[in-house]
Amino acid sequence: MNNIPRIPLAKWTDMAIDWLTVNYQNTTQAISDVLKGAIVGLQDFLISIPPELVIIVVALIAWWLAGKRIALFSLVGLAFIYNIQLWNETMQTIAMVIAAVSLCIIIGVPLGILTAKNMTAHRIITPILDFMQTLPAFVYLLPAIPFFGLGVVPAVITTLIFAMPPIIRLTDLGIKQVPEELVELGKSFGSTFFQMLFKIELPLARPTILAGINQCIMLSLSMVVIAAMIGAKGLGGVVWTAIQNLKMGMGFEAGVAIVIIAIILDRITQNLGKTN
Amino acid sequence: MEKLKVSNVTKIYGNNTDKAMEMVLKGEDNEQIRAKTKQVVGVREASFSVEEGESFVIMGLSGSGKSTLLRCINQLIKPTAGHIYLDGQDLTKVSSQELIEIRRKRMGMVFQRFALLPNRTILENVGYGLEVQGIARKVRTEQAKKALHMVGLKGWEDYYPHNLSGGMQQRVGIARALATNPDILLMDEPFSALDPLIRQDMQDELLEIQKKLHKTIIFITHDLDEALKIGDRIALMKDARIVQIGEPEDILLSPASDYVARFVENVNRSKALTASSVMVKPRSVVYPKDGPRAALRIMEVHGISSVFVVDRKGALIGYVRAEDAAEAAEKGQRELDGIIQNDVPTAFDDTPLSELLDVLAYTKVPVAVIDEEKILKGVLVRGSVIAGLAGERRDWDE
Repeated sequence: MNNIPRIPLAKWTDMAIDWLTVNYQNTTQAISDVLKGAIVGLQDFLISIPPELVIIVVALIAWWLAGKRIALFSLVGLAFIYNIQLWNETMQTIAMVIAAVSLCIIIGVPLGILTAKNMTAHRIITPILDFMQTLPAFVYLLPAIPFFGLGVVPAVITTLIFAMPPIIRLTDLGIKQVPEELVELGKSFGSTFFQMLFKIELPLARPTILAGINQCIMLSLSMVVIAAMIGAKGLGGVVWTAIQNLKMGMGFEAGVAIVIIAIILDRITQNLGKTN
Repeated sequence: MEKLKVSNVTKIYGNNTDKAMEMVLKGEDNEQIRAKTKQVVGVREASFSVEEGESFVIMGLSGSGKSTLLRCINQLIKPTAGHIYLDGQDLTKVSSQELIEIRRKRMGMVFQRFALLPNRTILENVGYGLEVQGIARKVRTEQAKKALHMVGLKGWEDYYPHNLSGGMQQRVGIARALATNPDILLMDEPFSALDPLIRQDMQDELLEIQKKLHKTIIFITHDLDEALKIGDRIALMKDARIVQIGEPEDILLSPASDYVARFVENVNRSKALTASSVMVKPRSVVYPKDGPRAALRIMEVHGISSVFVVDRKGALIGYVRAEDAAEAAEKGQRELDGIIQNDVPTAFDDTPLSELLDVLAYTKVPVAVIDEEKILKGVLVRGSVIAGLAGERRDWDE
C-alpha cells in the first residue's frame, strides 16, 4: 500500500471548485439574484400580513385538512410564537421553506418520473441521491458561498440538496407502484406517454409523492439552523446568535418555535394525501 | 370474413433471444432452451385465425402462455417472431402512432382484476377510452352511459369502484371496453376473480351482449367449462404451444393428445355436449302411408318397441308403439292414422344435454332431436347419451 501515492482528492476538489467558480460564477450569480428577489419578496409579503390573520387562516386550513386538535394546536402555537416576538423570524423561515420545497417539487418530481421510466437515469441518479443525503451539510455549505453569495439563496440551495432526494425517490416509487394491470389498461386503450402520466400514473402515485413532499418539508425545516451559518436569518439565525452568545433561554425559545412550525406543517401535509 | 390472423407468433423472454429463437425453430423443447440460453419461451409458433363475430377462447393452465399470446395481439408484448394481422394489416409492422390509433378505436381489453382506476368515478372509468381519443366530454358521457346501461349498471355512474362488488366492477370493465365500440374484445380471464355463481351470471350476460353486438372476442380462461360455454372455437395451450384448436365438441370428443384428454376428463360434459353430439341417426322411420305391418316389421328388424313417424319432408309427426301397430294390423287397418302418438319428447339439436337428462330418465320412448323446421335429425337413446357423458364417441345403433 505504501507504494501507491496518496490520491489527492482534496486538491482535485479545490481545483474543480475554482474552475467552476471562474467559469460559472456569472451564471450562478444571475440565478442567485433572481432567487433572492423572489425569496425576499415572499418573506416581506408574509411579514406584511397581519399575524392575527395568518394565525386564523392557518388554524382554519389545519381544521379542514387535519381536524380539530391540530387546528387548536396551530392557534395556540402560532399565538405563542407571536407572543414571544419571534413572528418575523418565523415568517422568514417559512418563506425559505416554501421557496426550497417549491424548487424541490419543480425539480424533484420530473426527476422522479425520469428515474421511474428510464433505467439508465435511475442508475445514474440513485447514487447521486445517496451522496446528497449523506454528505455532511457543512461540506457543501461553504462552497455554496462563492457561487451564490451569502444570505438566503445559498441557504435555500443547500436546503435543496438535502431535502430533494425523498421527493425524487418517492415519486419514482409511486410511479413504479402503479399496478401492472392499470399500466396495461392505459396502453391497451391507446394512451400516449403523457396521457399515461397525467391520467393514470401521477394520480395513482399522488399519495406517495405527497409523502415525499411531507418529508421534504421536514428536512427543509431541519436545515434552517445550519443555513443560518451562512447568513440566512429567520429562526435559525436566532438560534445561531444565541449559541454564539451562550444565551440558552433565547436559543430554547427559537428552538421551540421551530418545533411548533414543524408539527403544524407535518400534520397538515400528512393529511393532504388522505382527504382528497 | 377473417378478422384476425395470428401467424407463427413466438415470444421469448430474455435479452438474448436469437439463439433461443434458433432452437425454437429446430424444435428443441422449452426446458432445453432455458437450460442452454437462460431465455424463457412464452409462446411458441402459435397460429390461428378468427372470423368476424366469432368468440375464440384460448385456454390453458397458468404458465401455458395464453395471457402472453393475448398481449401479443394488441402488442402490449412485442412478439419475438411472427405476425398479427387485423383485417389484413400486419400489427407487428405498424408505427407507434398507428398502433395507438388501432388500440383506441379497434380493440378493447378486459382485465382479470378489473383494472379500474380507483380515483375515478364509474362513469369516468367507462369513458377512459373515449377520453384518450380526445372526444368532447358531453359525447363521452353519453356514450359511456349507454355502455353502462348495456351491462345493467344504470344509476351507478357517480359511484367509485370500491363501492361496487367484484361482479359489478367487471361489468364496468366490460362497459369500458364496449364504450369505444371496438371490433375486437380481448378478454384476459375476465371472470376468474369472481365467485362461481356470479361467474355464471357474467358468462350468460356476455353471451347476451354478444348476441346483440356480434363482436369478435378473444377470451382467455383456465376453466374448461367456461371455455366450452363461451367459445365458438377453443384453442388449448400447453407449454407455450397451441396443442389443439377446435369447436367445443371436437375438444371433448376427439382430444388431440393425452394432455387434452386429461384436461377434459373432469369437465361436466352434460353442460358442454348438445343433443346433436350424442344423438344417433334415425335409421328406422316410417311414413303415414306405411301400414301397421310395415311399421311392425321395421321394429322387428331393429329390435325396438316404437318407431318415429315422419312426413315426406322428414318432419316429425309422432311415433307408433309396437302393441298399437300389432292391434291395428289384426284389425286389418291399412294406414297408421289413429295409432300415431303425438306426445313425443323432443329436443333441438343445440339443446344442452344437461337440460335433457331429466326427460331421458323418465321417458319410455327415445327423445327425438329436431331442428327449427321440425325435421327429424336424430334420436337420443340412453346408451348413446351415457357414452357421450363418459367421453366416448361410438356409432350407436338404436
